[in-house]
Amino acid sequence: MSKHHVTTTINGEAVEFLCETQETLLDVLRNTLNLTGSKEGCASGDCGACSVIADGTLVCSCLMLGVEAEGRSITTVEGIADGEKLHPIQQKFLEHAALQCGFCTPGFIVAAKALLDANPNPTEEEARYWLAGNLCRCTGYDKIIRAVMDAAAELRGEARAA
Amino acid sequence: MNYIVPQSELKIVGTSPVRPDGVDKVTGRATFGADMALAGMIWGKVKRSPHAHARIVSIDTSKAMALAGVKAVVTAADFPEIPNEEAFVGEGPMNFRDLSRNCMARDKALYEGHAVAAVAASTQAIAEQAVDLIEVTYEVLPHVIDVEAAMAPDAPVLHPDMFTAGIEPKPTRPSNIAKRVSFAKGDVDAGFAEAEVIVEGRYTTQPVHQAYIEPHACVAQVATDGQAQIYSSTQGQFMVRAYSAKILGWEIANLRSFPLEIGGGFGGKTVVYLEPLALKLAQKSGRPVKMMMTREDVFRASGPTSGAVIEVKIGAKRDGAIVAAREVLKYQAGAFAGSPIGPGCMCGLAMYDIPNVDVVGYDVVSNRPKVAAYRAPGAPITSFAVESAMDDLARKLAIDPLALREMNGVRDGSKTHYGVTHKDIGFLPVLEAARNHPHWKAPLKPGQGRGVACGFWFNIGGESSGAVHVNEDGSVSVVSGNPDIGGSRASMAMMAAEVLGIPVEQVRPIVGDTASIGFSFLTGGSRVTFATGMAVTQAAERVVEQLKTRAAQIWEIPAEAVEWKDGKAWPAGLNAGAFEPLSLAQIALKAGRTGGPISSEVSLNAQGAGAGFGCHICDVEVDAETGQVKILRYTAVQDVGKAIHRAYVEGQIQGGAAQGIGWALNEEYIYDTKGRMENAGFLDYRVPVASDLPLIEAVIVEVPNPRHPFGVRGVGEVPIVPPMAAVANAIRSATGLRMPDLPMSPPKICAALDAAAGAKAA
Repeated sequence: MSKHHVTTTINGEAVEFLCETQETLLDVLRNTLNLTGSKEGCASGDCGACSVIADGTLVCSCLMLGVEAEGRSITTVEGIADGEKLHPIQQKFLEHAALQCGFCTPGFIVAAKALLDANPNPTEEEARYWLAGNLCRCTGYDKIIRAVMDAAAELRGEARAA
Repeated sequence: MNYIVPQSELKIVGTSPVRPDGVDKVTGRATFGADMALAGMIWGKVKRSPHAHARIVSIDTSKAMALAGVKAVVTAADFPEIPNEEAFVGEGPMNFRDLSRNCMARDKALYEGHAVAAVAASTQAIAEQAVDLIEVTYEVLPHVIDVEAAMAPDAPVLHPDMFTAGIEPKPTRPSNIAKRVSFAKGDVDAGFAEAEVIVEGRYTTQPVHQAYIEPHACVAQVATDGQAQIYSSTQGQFMVRAYSAKILGWEIANLRSFPLEIGGGFGGKTVVYLEPLALKLAQKSGRPVKMMMTREDVFRASGPTSGAVIEVKIGAKRDGAIVAAREVLKYQAGAFAGSPIGPGCMCGLAMYDIPNVDVVGYDVVSNRPKVAAYRAPGAPITSFAVESAMDDLARKLAIDPLALREMNGVRDGSKTHYGVTHKDIGFLPVLEAARNHPHWKAPLKPGQGRGVACGFWFNIGGESSGAVHVNEDGSVSVVSGNPDIGGSRASMAMMAAEVLGIPVEQVRPIVGDTASIGFSFLTGGSRVTFATGMAVTQAAERVVEQLKTRAAQIWEIPAEAVEWKDGKAWPAGLNAGAFEPLSLAQIALKAGRTGGPISSEVSLNAQGAGAGFGCHICDVEVDAETGQVKILRYTAVQDVGKAIHRAYVEGQIQGGAAQGIGWALNEEYIYDTKGRMENAGFLDYRVPVASDLPLIEAVIVEVPNPRHPFGVRGVGEVPIVPPMAAVANAIRSATGLRMPDLPMSPPKICAALDAAAGAKAA
């Protein structure tokens, strides 16, 4: 069977690719487009390491087919920074030591971006429930939550949160 | 030199700079195991046993080989038979025959998920199809999963040549008990006779997986002259090289092992699974081969740590002085011998000075995946039992649980039941810090409970190499042989920068491959900041000596007349002459004319790792309707010797505590009647998520380890030891229930609450 031709937008750029019917968006990103920032931790939508934003919605790219990207706008971790300039969420992850091995980090950065796009002023509990779809085995989440809350404060233009 | 000085005299060590590999990791640029690709690469896939225990009658690979796109198939027949050869590597015994047979089953499949064959094909889809086309004929054998069932005289025997070691005379029949170990001190019967208060209990823990988020992955390539490269996500590139060479029967020098970024290990990536298979497939196919485990593969075929049954009995005088303790531990090893029973027998009672002790342990095989190291291997299991019993003892004596531990806790000079005398330890300062923490005194609301528990780990040193190179422009490269799991690049750079007296940003730390740096034992046992840090510190000191010599040459004065301060060479005193100080960069610029490159590599075998102690305080609330335990507040106190990078030390402590909370409340393997795991995924094997946990406060205590230049003790292992008992003791406090079986999941809590209510009503 021939492959599907998909036309989409990834990180603001027009992209075309060919994929098999059953290929996930994650496999397309990683194996066809060499965007390996999105990780495969489970391939079942349980760990969030493959999180991307599709037309404003946070999704696990392992649960989305490559063909479903047709006509959509996809943001991956590679599209969060503005060129050389890190996004405040990325900067706060560094400052708060919110990563240890760094494998879950791309998914958390993308999920946190989606959270703060939807809710610029989350409570700690809201942040914890929003990020409950992303597993981290290293940090115990403490510093991740602090980084996200601090990034939210900065994005709102407030002074550094306590 | 010794840098054990007040924090005010340190410029870099003890602060929390942004980690040098941080930007790569927040932007998705870092290359982890599965991110590696080579030109012409094909894909490998493992065929796994669907049976828990089966004889492999035959394997027919002809249909798979005939499939278009399949480039190679391997089975055990492609690997040499490895003789029974035991080596002690790092934290536990390793038998290379078993390792080889764990990577690829020979004669028998010993657990569901055991590799029986592997294929390489041009696409992942073809490789998967080919796996299905491999025909394996099995003779299914009776299996055994539970540890005590495996010890029963009529249990199915996994290895007909396994006769329990450590028993005299040698048993006449094979069994699943690989080994019996024992430790004794004093006269335990006399001790119990003297005791006025005795507590005892039987505790069980479940095997839990390290559950690193990154599945195992590697890429291998082999040239026709036998030169091979392996790129993998591992805790030790030298381990991958040694083990793969052993299993393949290759010479070590022909194999170059490159460590990629590692997406969590916690001990689980201290062995090989895929690497020898990928190398063999690459050799047979003549193509680079990439292999990745699925999450299901990870659960069914790698890790976990042991489940266990522990019986513990402690006797004390009425004033709280403990006079006797007895422990019997039965640890599951999985399909091959080698549970962490040794540390299990040592760690639980290592924290208390008890005159009469008797500990017996059993290493037991059953039809489960072979256990791998998991953070403080063996210690959390035994401490769940001992620290629960300590809580019961405190209640029975009506003594504050911290006071009971303060009274009996080990100090310098206390001799353990396994023969070692504690030295330069910080257990009592840890207990004091816990007592003085506001958490300990904070009021509880009705229905809430507070628990406390302690933990111990030896920490290890071992063989390490570190190199410091001064570059032409005065920047500095630091090379180590240890994969960076939790921020060790940062701590290496910081120690080097402190010694050199330059900003940490001027130092670039690199993790070298096996051809780029001297041998280094793997990242594990909380050894890297201690041992590799020692090598890096010494290498930096040697570089300082060279820098001083070069400055002396430039100034034409004796080297002794130069001192190094703030990253610059200075004339030492007025007699040395009046010279403007020379910076590291200025000296580097002239290196070519003063003797050539300035660099040093130090390889050493670090001794004197300082033992670590922790004390955790946990508050819970139990939902009587659902059985759910909510962690309200959690404080983890630990002696770390010296925190090099404070934030990453805190992170290690918080992460270890979170893993322990998962072990306490949720994590377990569920098997069906055929010995097949039913919850091999993150939906059903439930690790803690962000909404399960409160902020975890890490309290750093610093009692310096005099055998490290900065006073470092290992940090990463201790924090997973106390949580299970801390949570159990908090549940006991909140509900009156002593929960002896892990995990303390909602069904178990509900059943215990119902039973207690029934008992009350009756």
